[in-house]
Amino acid sequence: MPNMPIESGVPDPFQYMHPTLAKNFGAWDYHDRPRPGVLHHVAKSGDEVWTVRAGTQRQMDLYTIRKLCDIADEQGEGFVRFTIRSNIEFMVTDSTKVDTLVTKLQDEGFPVGGTGNSVSMVAHTQGWLHCDIPGTDASGVVKALMDELHEEFVREDMPNRVHLTTSCCQINCGGQGDIAINIQHTKPPKINHDLVANVCERPTVVARCPVAAIRPALVNGKPSLEVDEKKCICCGACYPPCPPMQINDPEHSKLAVWVGGNHSNARSKPSFQKLVAAGIPNNPPRWPEAAGVVKKILKVYKEDAREWERMNDWIERVGWPRFFELTELPFTKFHIDNWRGARRSLNASTHIRF
Amino acid sequence: MAKEMYSTPMLDQLEDGPWPSFVTGLKRLANDDGKPYQNMMIDLLGQLEHSYETRKGYWKGGTVGVLGYGGGVIPRFSEVAAKFPESKEFHTLRIMPPAGMHYTTGLLRDMCNLWEKHGSGLVAFHGQSGDIMFQGVETDKVQEAFDEFNAMGFDLGGAGPAVRTGMSCVGGSRCEQSCANEQKIHRLLVNNFLDDMHRPALPYKFKFKVSGCPNDCMNAIERADMAVIGTWRDDMKVKQDEVKAYVAEKGRKSVIDNVVTRCPTNALSLNDDDTLTVDNRNCVRCMHCINVMTKALSVGDDKGVTVLMGGKRTLKIGDLMGTVVIPFMKLDSEEDYERLVEVAEETIDFFAENALEHERTGEMIERIGLVNFLEGVGLEVDPNMIDSPRQSSYVRMDAWDEEAEKWFSRKAEEAA
Repeated sequence: MPNMPIESGVPDPFQYMHPTLAKNFGAWDYHDRPRPGVLHHVAKSGDEVWTVRAGTQRQMDLYTIRKLCDIADEQGEGFVRFTIRSNIEFMVTDSTKVDTLVTKLQDEGFPVGGTGNSVSMVAHTQGWLHCDIPGTDASGVVKALMDELHEEFVREDMPNRVHLTTSCCQINCGGQGDIAINIQHTKPPKINHDLVANVCERPTVVARCPVAAIRPALVNGKPSLEVDEKKCICCGACYPPCPPMQINDPEHSKLAVWVGGNHSNARSKPSFQKLVAAGIPNNPPRWPEAAGVVKKILKVYKEDAREWERMNDWIERVGWPRFFELTELPFTKFHIDNWRGARRSLNASTHIRF
Repeated sequence: MAKEMYSTPMLDQLEDGPWPSFVTGLKRLANDDGKPYQNMMIDLLGQLEHSYETRKGYWKGGTVGVLGYGGGVIPRFSEVAAKFPESKEFHTLRIMPPAGMHYTTGLLRDMCNLWEKHGSGLVAFHGQSGDIMFQGVETDKVQEAFDEFNAMGFDLGGAGPAVRTGMSCVGGSRCEQSCANEQKIHRLLVNNFLDDMHRPALPYKFKFKVSGCPNDCMNAIERADMAVIGTWRDDMKVKQDEVKAYVAEKGRKSVIDNVVTRCPTNALSLNDDDTLTVDNRNCVRCMHCINVMTKALSVGDDKGVTVLMGGKRTLKIGDLMGTVVIPFMKLDSEEDYERLVEVAEETIDFFAENALEHERTGEMIERIGLVNFLEGVGLEVDPNMIDSPRQSSYVRMDAWDEEAEKWFSRKAEEAA
């Protein structure tokens, strides 16, 4: 009799939690940040815990994980957790361990930071390493970007926190970010009509198109699909259910940069990111053009935003014309939305800055 | 005997620089003499370099799974297996981490040992859905690897049209802003739907995310079909002596510019004696002032959650935020928690019945209207669900009197 799975679901975290965290669950009083990369939490019981946060490459070989475990055992207290942005956190109750832990992590090549008003690690996807539909890599883009932004990770001198994301297709699995670097296809899919009938469930593919640009067709006597290229928005939604509709193009799959996505309810309501730049070459292994745009936006934001203004708060205050002026990015007809609900994004007032 | 390493001039450039390099990690595995994964990782590096050179991906899906489950393994077969045969199968096991992503080093080491034996030695902490992604395992080793994880107390996460792996923030374990028992909500919701997770049969994916306060560190409103966000409804707490200390340290101008005037509803006022007055009835619990003045200000005592439904990413009709469907509910008693699970059950049942193929909850709500959704799952309308009332008069309203009566009788019931 083969083993049937034990459907145990999400494990109880208390068995793996630092005992001081478990003891004071739901009874914390306040926190402060003694230095970048370090959080200090004080419980109502008077217990204190210091957290040292370090960046990782997310995609880790087991030797890297074991190295992090060695550090946690030797310089820490054997308990860690990961943040949503793949940073690792070491919790200690003895404040004298903080400095040695920080130094050890730095010596081993793990940047300590990502706290407070810093640029944290990029939330990202799988890319060429493991995705079945990627237009670009993920880990490589992130490595290249974080090398460039390393100083902003280990310091806390941005106006507010900056969350970056990347996505290797337009589905945007990387999610919303203050700055998002995402694939933007610019040409319709190239269809291999010999394969469509055998590989694709045609009605499903037709239904998947957001603009109804796909219809069944007989091509060279074979049942296939055709795309109305005038309607096609080159989104790539047809590619996952129908791989013979190849959307990825080494030359024409470009990168676009979006800004102002903010998940938090702090100050303004959560916001989605907006397009600011496109046509950026997908240029491995270091994507210098994309990194250049990101760095330019960050520089202007850092100089011009007021304290505690998140990217979207800052742009809301100074206005989009100023954003394009300061960042020296071109404003084009493609910035004007024409998707459903687009009129809500138009200026129906005389509110204009001169 | 190990294969010869490929020349990887492009990937080599990702070994320089201050950020930890995944390429260096991949090479460590490819150079790991005598390990079962060595040749697989050599070919994986070869294929990845090939992707970098040609700017294309070369993985396709397929069907790989474990006995008893219909999902949770991400199958990856190489399209360039003729060139890189040893990594022709490179599947991922999605394993659900402990809620809040807490680990002992012992647990991490056990996971490494397991993956050293059965897999590639490559692990991602974590994927965007919140799974630990054990990346790189051959088809015939999937079952044995899973069996060992399962024996350790770990289970596969979701994939395909199913309830997906959920996420919850660090919450009560280390955050004074926590207004809910995040890990309990997370586990209760996901673990109640393991059948819908492990046997994908929904129209499309369904995600739960839990954030303990409105900072929403889990991006629940933007990303989850059902977002549960901790909040409070009594007055926020102000330690006036700490306010004074903060003003003394930072100066009045700084406090006015960065705290008082940043309040979205003008609910804060700095008094002449450097204490703070809060208009709690108009506070929208945005968290900004509490984020800035962590010692002086804190959340209230009458805690509960707000539930939003319908957040999702771009496919197919564009990004959608979640919408408030329950402005506030207490989560004190076991009955309260049961009520939350009931809401999730009603929602997933309604979603399963009414969503079109490949349609997310948010898209379904957009198509049928929020009111039809609320009626379908048995929730009452509430003005907290909207930014503003309807602007168009083009609507049939001959049932107005009955609807108004419902409102008044509900209000009377609440007052009683």
